[in-house]
Amino acid sequence: MTDKQSGILIVGIGNPDRGDDAAGRAAVARLKALGPKNLRVIESDGEATGLLARFSEADEVILIDAVLSGAAPGTVGRFDVNEAPLPTGRFGISTHGFGLAEAIELARTLGCLPRRCVVYAIEGRSFTLGERLSPEVETAVEGVIESILNTISLTAG
Amino acid sequence: MARKTIKVDYLARVEGEGALTVTIRDDRVTHAELRIFEPPRFFEAFLRGRAFSEAVDITSRICGICPVAYQMSSVHAMEDALGVKVAKPIRDLRRLLYCGEWIESHALHIYMLHAPDFLGYQGAIEMARDHAEIVKRGLDLKKTGNALMSLIGGREIHPINVRVGGFYKTPLKRELAVLNDSLKRARDQALETVRWVSGFDFPDCQRDYELVALSHPDEYPLNEGRIVSNRGLNIGASEYDAHFQEIHVAHSNALQSRTREGNAYLVGPLARFSLNFQRLTPLAQDAAKEAGLGPSCSNPYRSIVVRAVEVLYACDEALRIIAGYEEPDRPFEPAEPRAGVGFAATEAPRGLLYHRYRLDDDGTILEAQIVPPTSQNQATIEEDLTVFINDWIDLPDEALKHRCEQTVRNYDPCISCATHFLDLRVERG
Repeated sequence: MTDKQSGILIVGIGNPDRGDDAAGRAAVARLKALGPKNLRVIESDGEATGLLARFSEADEVILIDAVLSGAAPGTVGRFDVNEAPLPTGRFGISTHGFGLAEAIELARTLGCLPRRCVVYAIEGRSFTLGERLSPEVETAVEGVIESILNTISLTAG
Repeated sequence: MARKTIKVDYLARVEGEGALTVTIRDDRVTHAELRIFEPPRFFEAFLRGRAFSEAVDITSRICGICPVAYQMSSVHAMEDALGVKVAKPIRDLRRLLYCGEWIESHALHIYMLHAPDFLGYQGAIEMARDHAEIVKRGLDLKKTGNALMSLIGGREIHPINVRVGGFYKTPLKRELAVLNDSLKRARDQALETVRWVSGFDFPDCQRDYELVALSHPDEYPLNEGRIVSNRGLNIGASEYDAHFQEIHVAHSNALQSRTREGNAYLVGPLARFSLNFQRLTPLAQDAAKEAGLGPSCSNPYRSIVVRAVEVLYACDEALRIIAGYEEPDRPFEPAEPRAGVGFAATEAPRGLLYHRYRLDDDGTILEAQIVPPTSQNQATIEEDLTVFINDWIDLPDEALKHRCEQTVRNYDPCISCATHFLDLRVERG
């Protein structure tokens, strides 16, 4: 964990074949096209140790993930995880259930949580194999992209 | 009559769901049911009507942890159907890619999922508070496996560089050599891992398993070999269906595999190790002996030690392959469609992964059969629970539930029951 670069890294988490679980990955794919040229974005399946390995790459990491917490589909939560752990919900719906919330807490324990770390959680409706994003989640993804682009331009300014 | 039901109801998870019920009557385990809801069944249906060349990328989506295993079994089966033979460098690269997956998958299980069971922690995060340096070693070891997968597979998750006949692009010798330093470090870390886990406290539980694994005369099995057992089985992959059957059981939508005689059997590290000890490198053999393992192991609670030995072997083998690698003349052998049936079995981190495809004359898939290791081990896991849990029946409910989970985790099952974050309930009747 020595290859530290400065700047912002944006991580979209999810399974592209599982309906609304793809929300985070759809968001970063569009951010890549819309954002500044040097914007660093990656897609992740959400596996905790893989995420943790990327945390060392930037001072500020923005993560976008789908969540099932019982809220209305398309609801977006923004969590500053430097302040507090993610609330209990089904984050990191990922292989082997060792996902985003665990990556963040493991990083905090090991002292390698990025200086600034924010999670956008998009409430999903359906996680069915082979389905597209539901309309509410499409709208939410656009909102998250706008919010992140604003943040980036403020930071850059 | 005293009756108690221990239930582990898992939260629905996207990559796989499972649940466990153990029924106890009069202080004896009378019944154990592991319910798995796993995706391969759907994939078999998706594959019908697709081109033979598509199976490799479609099946790699079945599992986020072991995509290489699915890729390897599918390309070998297609090549079997189409009569394609690959050159040595391609064979070596596939083996190297598989080493990467073994390292990352085993390291994840050992450090993040399984070790906390032995050390009395709820999970890896709690363990990291007291053992930060050990957890960092596990993460670094896993990272080397991922680096190997990224370099050969094209990317870390769901590698995209594998195709029937070889690869889309093969690495230069100097590109592979870049990995030498981190692999040497990983080999040291793997040796430390063997020593670390061998010091855990293991229950003295042995069973007379029917062990099934690939076996190859010259190497520890990954991509190739005959399917053998400790009961005298010795068959090619094309004979798999004649000796094993998949049975629908009411409590699980995964098919449960048994031998044709109806017996449960065991695939995975314990079986591979016990049937192939002599093919491990001297370094791995010595480490195994030092860790108290004989040439065979039938205590599933020691599987964590066997996994660590296999990580050591995979690092050693990866370094050997890189040292001897010659760049191939071309990245892949062409494959001409033709009607036929192809079979393959390879060794996924969790055990034997069998694929069978029937193709029509333009190479369209007419039929696909995928038998993952977890469904092969399901009956054995249930038997383990029925037999071993009796020894701990007097434990308080929470401790007993933990033993049940630990017993399931011995198999690193490819379902969410490998997590420590379960919704647990005990029901008394």
